[in-house]
Amino acid sequence: MTTTNSAMQVLTVGLDREIFALDAGRVSEILDSVPVTEVPNARPFVNGVINVRGKVVPLADLRLRFGMERTAANLDTRIVVVEVDLGGEPTTVGILADKVYEVTEIAAAAIEETPRVGMRWRSEFIKGIGKKDAGFIIVLDIDRVFNTDDTLLERTADGER
Amino acid sequence: MSAPDPIETFRLEAQELFEQIEATLLDLTERPDDRDLVDTAFRGLHTIKGSGSMFGFERVAAFTHHVETAFDRLRKGKTHPDPELFAIGLAALDVMRRLIETPDRDTGDEQPILERLGRLTAAAAPAAAPEATTPAKAEEEAAAATYRIRFRLAMDAMAMGTNPLLLLDELRTLGDATVVALSDKVPALEDIEPTECHLGWDVVLTTDKPRSAIDDVFMFVIDDMQLKVERIDAATADKRLGEILLEKGDVAAPDLRAALGQQKPLGTLLVGTGAVSEPQVAAALAEQQHLRQEQDAAKSGAKAQATIRVAAERLDGLMDRVGELVIAQARLRQLAAALDDSSLKSVAEEIERLAAELRDTTMGIRMVPIGSLFGRFRRLVHDLSRDLGKEVRLTTAGEETELDKTVIERLADPMVHIIRNSIDHGIERPDARTATGKQGEGRLHLAAYHSGAQVLITISDDGKGLDADRIRARAEEAGLLAPGAKIAESELYQCIFAPGFSTAAEVTSVSGRGVGMDVVKRTLDALRGSVDVTSTPGKGTQVTLRLPLTLAIIDGLLVRVGTGRYVLPLSAVEECVELSAEDDARSRGRNFLSLRGDLVPFLRLRELFNARTEPDPYQKVVIVSSGELRVGLVVDQVIGDHQTVIKSLSKLHADVETFSGATILGDGTVALILDVAHLIEFGQRHEERLQAS
Repeated sequence: MTTTNSAMQVLTVGLDREIFALDAGRVSEILDSVPVTEVPNARPFVNGVINVRGKVVPLADLRLRFGMERTAANLDTRIVVVEVDLGGEPTTVGILADKVYEVTEIAAAAIEETPRVGMRWRSEFIKGIGKKDAGFIIVLDIDRVFNTDDTLLERTADGER
Repeated sequence: MSAPDPIETFRLEAQELFEQIEATLLDLTERPDDRDLVDTAFRGLHTIKGSGSMFGFERVAAFTHHVETAFDRLRKGKTHPDPELFAIGLAALDVMRRLIETPDRDTGDEQPILERLGRLTAAAAPAAAPEATTPAKAEEEAAAATYRIRFRLAMDAMAMGTNPLLLLDELRTLGDATVVALSDKVPALEDIEPTECHLGWDVVLTTDKPRSAIDDVFMFVIDDMQLKVERIDAATADKRLGEILLEKGDVAAPDLRAALGQQKPLGTLLVGTGAVSEPQVAAALAEQQHLRQEQDAAKSGAKAQATIRVAAERLDGLMDRVGELVIAQARLRQLAAALDDSSLKSVAEEIERLAAELRDTTMGIRMVPIGSLFGRFRRLVHDLSRDLGKEVRLTTAGEETELDKTVIERLADPMVHIIRNSIDHGIERPDARTATGKQGEGRLHLAAYHSGAQVLITISDDGKGLDADRIRARAEEAGLLAPGAKIAESELYQCIFAPGFSTAAEVTSVSGRGVGMDVVKRTLDALRGSVDVTSTPGKGTQVTLRLPLTLAIIDGLLVRVGTGRYVLPLSAVEECVELSAEDDARSRGRNFLSLRGDLVPFLRLRELFNARTEPDPYQKVVIVSSGELRVGLVVDQVIGDHQTVIKSLSKLHADVETFSGATILGDGTVALILDVAHLIEFGQRHEERLQAS
């Protein structure tokens, strides 16, 4: 685990009925919904781009990465702008969130290894499970979410070259 | 951020000089008697030596000095042009490059070149002046001797970083020295420019060191100074005095000549006593004349290169600002149109014009003619043909075609691979060529030209061409191709760009390992370009690189497909027409449109982009060109022209080839920029899929 032995600052967001935590150090801003430009024929989970302060930034819907259904935007929908490392290249990415809760601390001790079984999602996207109050928070490994092999798989699959 | 690192600046400057010298040397191998070329080579070497020592690259400076000396002798007509000298020069350049990249690593590769140079010098006319300080040359005897050294530095020597005191101190370390400053040329106080050096020095030095030790003291300044080193002995003392008088008249040679003409007593007296002969006077005058010409030549050379060196990131920064300005201007235009205020409108138009001009100027700064890239390959071709025992003549065309600097830099690698392949596999040995009735000398032609929104670069050879059967066999072996599959030749040739693909029976040091051509494909993909190969057996192969004009800002045509807005590069657009109801209805099976009698295929972007809204009743067709192909793109609406600031898409969208980037519209939303060539390819695949199903 990469966390230090002190506490970890995270931003908690809601997706479907789950609460995910993102490393707060990676978050640069949170936007209300903005006009999204669709990118035809892109992979479904990154099929849009948005304008963030004059930069064209890809918009990712993590719901599709975790096998959830796509939903229409509503009043609570926010875009969390984060910095991720894409194959060695720092890239700004927008992430759709159904709801943004708060910036909070999770004691590193409270983060446990991802259990190998009993998980609905691919364990490589997840740094660990944290406990907060009574519930669980899923701490995301945001770089892995965007860099995992099946990005490559998808790419070669639709390439047909 | 801070001031640029001077050593880095020197490295950059040296790289450019190396390229320039290399080109000059290659020219010299073809035209060995061209004096201008010799001068250019000499000046380049001299600059490397000078600035090298200034920035602490002492080894470079010391090594370059010897090469420079050889060229100096050639320049002064003391030796004859020798191909070996140019070959040594080329090899020496490689060593200099290495010395500048890794100055601390001692590989001792200077020595072999110095030895070759020494042999060359020894072989040259024995009349060679003793000033040449080649290491192979035996030094004079080590017995103590007295020298009179007179030197005068160039006026700007101190500004160039030479400290005369250090030179004097260094002379003192050699032995007993008496120093006399010559202040005769110091102007009146009000005329003195404190950074200029007006003094000269007479040093009488008694030393047991060889004469070359004195030359070494002046090694780095020798070319811009006046230096006279003479051994003093009783018999020649008078003669030296006469020459001193002569040299004091150096300020104005014509004056001296006039004075000599008038003051016969001096001349006749000197000649009469046998101290000075008339030819000696003439020789001294000629030498002065020569020096002056040199200085003039150096000055005019400096003037020709009135350029400023700017860090690439500053240009990127400027381009970003211009981009923001263009976006802001688009907003202003939209506002002005909405408010319908004529004075606001006129300001908006003014700003639009200025922004467009600023954009063009800024982009012009980034553009570099491709000739600089072509020039680099001359050396490659020269070396490769020598190593492989082939004769290859390199010709180029369209060197003035301009491309963005970053694109040119990234093209260097792929082109090296293509050229290597052409020379190694394509062009045959001279005997094989003559046997098939070709000229013994192979031809390699590099050309660049604009075609629509693209720049095309072709690399063609007149070698034996690609072996289609062999490529097919290898491709089937490697599983790239189903056995017996029917594909077009051009598609078959694409196989050579697959990683690890090689048809070479044996691996040579140059190529055949199957590494390389995949680099070509990958780089071109990254630049959103493409590569085609055509080949005729026995006649040759032509590789064509197509590059989009990846400029930061382009003129675009804004169109709407469904709810999405897209930008087409205006340079690719030929015309816009309405899709007539007949064409629309008729085209359900065959997508062709008759345009003034020509049949033009078209693609429905609504289908390609899966638009979900109702189509507009009157569909428009934008006719675009890509290479020789004319294709219609059916859109819902043509909105109008749009200054498009290209923003690249992230790696997350690297798989979407139909878009070359994105831009931000006046209302702040993002529009995607269509990549016409890839779009047509994508459309063809899409149709094949439809037909297959």
